Amino acid sequence: MTKNTLLEVKGLKQYFPIKGGFLGRTVNNVKAVDDISFDIKEGETVSVVGESGCGKSTTGRAILRLDEPTEGTVNFEGKDILSLNKKEMRDMRSEMQIIFQDPFASLNPRKTVKMTLIEAMDIQNVVPKKERTERALEIMETVGLQKHQIDRFPHEFSGGQRQRIGIARALAVNPKLIIADEAVSALDVSIQAQVLNLLQRLQREMGLTYLFIAHDLGVVRHISDRIIVMYLGKIVEMGDTKSIFENPQHPYTKALLSAIPVPDPKNKSERIFLRGDVPSPIDPPTGCRFHTRCPFATEKCKTEIPVLEHKDETYAGQHDVACHYAIDIQEGRHKATHDMKNVRKVLDDESEEASASKEDVKQ
Amino acid sequence: MSENILDVNNLKTSFFVDGSEIKAVDGVTFNVPKGKTLGIVGESGSGKSISALSILRLVEDPGKIVDGSISFKGEELTAAKEPRMRQIRGNEISMIFQEPMTSLNPVYTVGQQLRESFKIHEGLGKKAGTKRSIEMLELVGIPSPEKRVDQYPYELSGGMRQRVMIAMALACKPELLIADEPTTALDVTIQAQILELIKELQEEIGMSVVMITHDLGVVAETCDYVAVMYCGKVVELADVETLFENPRHPYTVGLLNSLPRHDQDQDELVPIKGNVPAPDEMPEGCRFAPRCPFASDICSKLPELETQEDGNEVRCWIYTDEWDGEEVKVYDKEHSS
Repeated sequence: MTKNTLLEVKGLKQYFPIKGGFLGRTVNNVKAVDDISFDIKEGETVSVVGESGCGKSTTGRAILRLDEPTEGTVNFEGKDILSLNKKEMRDMRSEMQIIFQDPFASLNPRKTVKMTLIEAMDIQNVVPKKERTERALEIMETVGLQKHQIDRFPHEFSGGQRQRIGIARALAVNPKLIIADEAVSALDVSIQAQVLNLLQRLQREMGLTYLFIAHDLGVVRHISDRIIVMYLGKIVEMGDTKSIFENPQHPYTKALLSAIPVPDPKNKSERIFLRGDVPSPIDPPTGCRFHTRCPFATEKCKTEIPVLEHKDETYAGQHDVACHYAIDIQEGRHKATHDMKNVRKVLDDESEEASASKEDVKQ
Repeated sequence: MSENILDVNNLKTSFFVDGSEIKAVDGVTFNVPKGKTLGIVGESGSGKSISALSILRLVEDPGKIVDGSISFKGEELTAAKEPRMRQIRGNEISMIFQEPMTSLNPVYTVGQQLRESFKIHEGLGKKAGTKRSIEMLELVGIPSPEKRVDQYPYELSGGMRQRVMIAMALACKPELLIADEPTTALDVTIQAQILELIKELQEEIGMSVVMITHDLGVVAETCDYVAVMYCGKVVELADVETLFENPRHPYTVGLLNSLPRHDQDQDELVPIKGNVPAPDEMPEGCRFAPRCPFASDICSKLPELETQEDGNEVRCWIYTDEWDGEEVKVYDKEHSS
């Protein structure tokens, strides 16, 4: 069964200028998202994962044009939405909605649930005026809120309930695509499970498509069909959920997966420790952006930018990776150049390297 | 069981607001065996952080410890005078907080803040203090410590700040470290480093740790014993393997079933229904009864924390002779995994 492509992102770049100097000119750019391409099929759930500062939230915002992208194209059902004018874009937003992370900050505290939901319908003009209250009640029920709560204000609800209101608001305009930006991160696990189940049920019933932005890989494995792993503004690996989790190919993905604590005391995972912190996106490393922290990096990685492509020929599904040595590492032909299993050793190496490079500068 | 470094018994800490009493910690009992790690796990509002603050007597007005005992190496901390508490804090018992940005003072350098504890607890001067500070920074794996020691917190990344916090907490080689969500604000790769580091330093100086967290993964990786808290009470107290293999309390089981796992495939999550009750609507009996799938008539009375045949403890009527409901299998491993 081939499904239609709902969203197609090509060569998307999002640079934020840094103003400075005498005339307040742009002196540099924060390259938050730097040339990424992917697509989402109808009814699919695609997750974007990565650590803070990797550009995952920026990607979501750029697609909705909440921040105007610097370069690239975004096609929604074949229509280039970056060329739409303000009015057309506003109409377009009834097709694509976003749910934010913080259920406390993303609702207007002075509006009741009813006002919030009806406002969304007013702006998009999707439901005849007379039926809006009826529709609001219907959505309340869909997301698991009580009908009698419709005249309450956000402060009268708990965190989980507020997130349901956020979902209800997104659903009010009958969207096709929902971008969920860390939509369950702020919730306790028992409530998080309720909201995740709700999102899955809505997808089944209404045929929704999700772009899920998250850092919790447990949540991501549970909900996604496909996964995009980002590091410092670039996609390093992209593929089917099962393949990403069972056969990660990029050293960064491997480190990321190994770092998650396993909730099973008898089955502790072997850690891969990374040296250093994520470099600044203002002046990202040349070549492969991960080379400064990668235990497998060579001279080639410092100069040549790896292309995101399908490398594992044995796997028939989608699984692309941007690493020069992905297959060599997997088949044991390319070995790590420094330790990555012993935290003390990793930190000491890093320390040594830092002082060595400092001496270089002095000379 | 080996000797305990900390015994907390029936601890009650309440907040008095607008003439009413909010019982944040409501009769909590746990102990920390010497050299071991006790995890305190629970969702927001379960009282885990307030329990920790109570141990160090850091609960501020309108909060107050109203009952119970906290015995540290046999010394009763609830009765200790303030000067004695000041001696203990940072020296014998140390604490790491969740937010490394707000727990460091932004207008002092890392070195100045580290030296302070050496000055107070060991009377070291500036020179000797700086030397020790650099040693501590090295111990927690901060690159080029002699340069970092003169930097301000804003010049460090989040992971480094948390390592500075750990360096400060460990400066005087405490016997007990209380870590309150030490890695919650950090990315997973940095979290892995920090947790490993705490574990390593624990072995090096032989300290005991109280690890407060909401993350069951962190519990499984770092703790020897676990206290599960719900609404101000400990509902289950067990060694870590039993807790994950054979959880007894329906709340613990609920937590495990609602957890999305990255290490295995699951069909559907089984959430706990409803919400945590508001402090002013706390049920009289078992706090978990309104959300419990097994709740029966007897659950309107409060069960005690009772020791089971394997030495672990659970607060639930199902495990008592008085149980009046049907026979139930609280944890079904086949179904859950």
